[in-house]
Amino acid sequence: MNNLIKGETGDWEVVIGIEVHAQIVSNSKLFSSASTKFGGEHNTQVSFVDAGMPGMLPVINWVCVEQAIRTGLGLNAKINNYSIFDRKNYFYPDLPQGYQISQFKQPIVGEGSVTIDIDDKKSKTIRIERLHLEQDAGKSLHDQHPEFSFVDLNRSGVALMEIVSMPDISSADEAQSYIKKLRSIMRYLGTCDGNMEEGSLRADINVSVRKPGDELGTRCEIKNVNSIKFIGQAIDYEARRQIELIEDSKIIDQETRLFDPKKGETRSMRSKEEAHDYRYFPDPDLLPLSFSENIIEEIKSELPELPDDKKERFQKEYSLSPYDSNILVSEIEIADFFEAVTKGRDPKIAANWITGEFFAAMNKLGFNIVDSPITIDNLSKLIKLIEENIISTRIAKDVFEIMLENNEDPEEIVEREGLKQVSDSGELEKIIDNIIANNPDQVEAVKLKPKLIGWFVGQVMKETNGKANPKLVNDLLNDKLN
Amino acid sequence: MTEFSTLSIKETITSLKNKDFSVSELVDFHISSMENGRELNAFITETADIARKKASDCDQNYSKGEEKPLEGIPLGIKDMFCTKGVKTTASSKMLENFVPPYESTVTQNLWNDGAILLGKLNNDEFAMGSSNETSFFGEVKNPWKNNKDNFTVPGGSSGGSAASVAAGMGLASLGTDTGGSIRQPASFTGTVGLKPTYGRCSRWGIIAFASSLDQAGPITKTVKDCALLLNSICSYDPKDSTSSQKKIPDFEKSTDESIKGMKIGIPKEYEADGISEDITEYLEKGKEWLTESGAEIVEISLPHIKYALPCYYIIAPAEASSNLARYDGVKFTHRVDADNIIDMYEETRSQGFGDEVKRRIMIGTYVLSSGYYDAYYLKAQKVRAMISKDFKEAFTKVDVIYGPSTPSTAFELGDKKKDPLEMYLNDVFTVPVNLAGLPAMSVPVGLDKEKLPVGMQLIGNSFDEESILSIASCIEKSAKFDLNPNKWWINE
Repeated sequence: MNNLIKGETGDWEVVIGIEVHAQIVSNSKLFSSASTKFGGEHNTQVSFVDAGMPGMLPVINWVCVEQAIRTGLGLNAKINNYSIFDRKNYFYPDLPQGYQISQFKQPIVGEGSVTIDIDDKKSKTIRIERLHLEQDAGKSLHDQHPEFSFVDLNRSGVALMEIVSMPDISSADEAQSYIKKLRSIMRYLGTCDGNMEEGSLRADINVSVRKPGDELGTRCEIKNVNSIKFIGQAIDYEARRQIELIEDSKIIDQETRLFDPKKGETRSMRSKEEAHDYRYFPDPDLLPLSFSENIIEEIKSELPELPDDKKERFQKEYSLSPYDSNILVSEIEIADFFEAVTKGRDPKIAANWITGEFFAAMNKLGFNIVDSPITIDNLSKLIKLIEENIISTRIAKDVFEIMLENNEDPEEIVEREGLKQVSDSGELEKIIDNIIANNPDQVEAVKLKPKLIGWFVGQVMKETNGKANPKLVNDLLNDKLN
Repeated sequence: MTEFSTLSIKETITSLKNKDFSVSELVDFHISSMENGRELNAFITETADIARKKASDCDQNYSKGEEKPLEGIPLGIKDMFCTKGVKTTASSKMLENFVPPYESTVTQNLWNDGAILLGKLNNDEFAMGSSNETSFFGEVKNPWKNNKDNFTVPGGSSGGSAASVAAGMGLASLGTDTGGSIRQPASFTGTVGLKPTYGRCSRWGIIAFASSLDQAGPITKTVKDCALLLNSICSYDPKDSTSSQKKIPDFEKSTDESIKGMKIGIPKEYEADGISEDITEYLEKGKEWLTESGAEIVEISLPHIKYALPCYYIIAPAEASSNLARYDGVKFTHRVDADNIIDMYEETRSQGFGDEVKRRIMIGTYVLSSGYYDAYYLKAQKVRAMISKDFKEAFTKVDVIYGPSTPSTAFELGDKKKDPLEMYLNDVFTVPVNLAGLPAMSVPVGLDKEKLPVGMQLIGNSFDEESILSIASCIEKSAKFDLNPNKWWINE
């Protein structure tokens, strides 16, 4: 493991801790019954509670509590069956109550861990410090009017989980793996859709640098980074910036910074001195959040198989490589798709096809696996055709192209287009004999240079429009030419 | 013409059932009382039209024999309760023009039982005050002038609620009590005021001052009326997470219960300094009444109660500083336009809030600030727990605690306005109850030398309003207090 960054004065180590804000999958908000649906008309999903109207009171949505417990269990974390909601006080136009209801001293989920893969063989455990529940704020719109800013409260009060990691992350790559893994776990659990473009998953990244073995350096927090790519860029830039400052004998200010994706830079947002005093105190409108061990046990018993377990099973059950397994379990939809396609088929061929041709096509067409134009059934049939030597891999690619257009049954395509592999040795022998007879020079040449047998294979394929069973052709040619 | 103003709710309902008069007649009388009493400044918003319209519906219900428990009873509502379609100001410039699109649970309960909204009552701004002098809409005058013929305060923060009932404008009213805001004005105006156990009434739709202390409650002419209103306003409300699911008893029944054998605790700490002679006299008289009725007087101790006032003046402002953050000029409030958001906030809040509200926001902000939180807020919470424990222990020995509601009777208008600390001291007997979340009421016992009403406080165990109602009923019978201030505002 070498994540060190070379500086002028030697090697530097980067220390990263990440706070993820994950929007909880639930129909209604954390403390109100307003809808959480994304993309609604401005201010159409706002209850009186969400608007901070006088005399309005929050009431906990237990679905969100269960989702937090579920996520905590998925992070192998301690669930606290007694936790407290606090008010985090600050003024902002998109914060209608003048405070955010969050959890400060006693969060619902305590310490846990997430395992990330460093490479095929090595993995690393990132410790989780805590997970707590909190409300999202609304959204300020500054581009609607020349003089005014507008506020959209649709998001106000939507439930978030803030997941805080320990400073166990040592590189941009690891940070990206961590976010991907966290996202994958939550998507498996159905607790967060992980949609970064819609803001369902946002990260605040704490970065500091130090000489290996030294004490922790001063950290800067990069706020609200909303894509995996940007997370990598932001960390790389920020680590570099800090190293250069220190090597220039300058001081790093503990501050909050913003990442500018256009410039690929971080810039100062507010200094430590400007930091808010949030005046946290327990929200007197809400009782402490408490639930029985039974609820935790019940949720635990209903947990789905999570990526790590699935990966292990894929390697065992399907004899897949760690690499392939990793790709297949990265998204629950992919894993499910694979398992459906491979039912009764050769898992290696299925895995190769899904991670190869299929992914490439989906990427090219800009499709998600869930809206794949090819059904599980038809892909499975295609794999059967390959497996049973009815078509060659090369022909299969052509068939696949046709399938992409209108999800036609591959068996019908093969039938209609006459693409069945020629595995009749009598028929092939005739063709081969013919070629040998017509090309005496090549026959002589192959005797000196056996590699030239490839030329004969090519000729056979040409004659059969590629339908000849390649293995059979090779066997026959070897017999006849040697 | 019937002298409506001397009737209690109980008597009025009997008369309405007997068709002695109609709801419309009753309501017209109270509307004219309200209009003739404008000098008192008890009402911020008069809703005569709404009242008249509802009155005719109520009359129909009576004629069909389908009347509900409070059918046709005109009530004033403190302007801290959100009333749908009716301006609700919290007596603040900040909410000068705020018309809520929803009805508070407690008032809805009253309307569901047939009661009629007469108008919205003045109070100290955001319920912060003990004299009703901090209202943006001006001070409320106590119907009781003192023997020097000077104006006195009606107490606060539910000053309008207490003054209106004492003046016969509405048969009863609704107040809120965070540190004594029902009991202190009740005691200053010769009315009956009860703060239920925290959680008995829903806080949904009540403009929040200090969420862990706020409770709604009635101000009435009689103890029985108090029980009648309590029956209506108490309910479990799933919209308020702190609302209680405890069964609600028939409070009216408890007003007829004998108090024989009940143990009445007198905290020795209450007999301390600062109580006026007249009040001490009534305190003693009360003991006699209760003993005569078969109750036993027991001396108890509440050792931590002396810390209640500072504790309260940390916790209440802390919560208030946060609760009032929503009034920022962005949404439904008064707004002062400015060039940038910070200036807009500052100007809006500087102009929208009065001095007392600002003072408490500043105290609250200070005690919650990092570095001070442990020394103030956290310590206050510990003290609060100790005070609760004191009461808990006391209630293992006694059924009800008896003592004065206030250290003095109503003071003159303007008297304590300049000195917030002296004003805060007025809450010394009432705040411990809110800190412990207990039920308590103030019952009038007589007039002092200045010809001003004296109220005695009864504190009950958690969710035991019944015992205090029984005791209060007994005191009421013995005291025979006549709620009949000289109606100077009409004669002048």
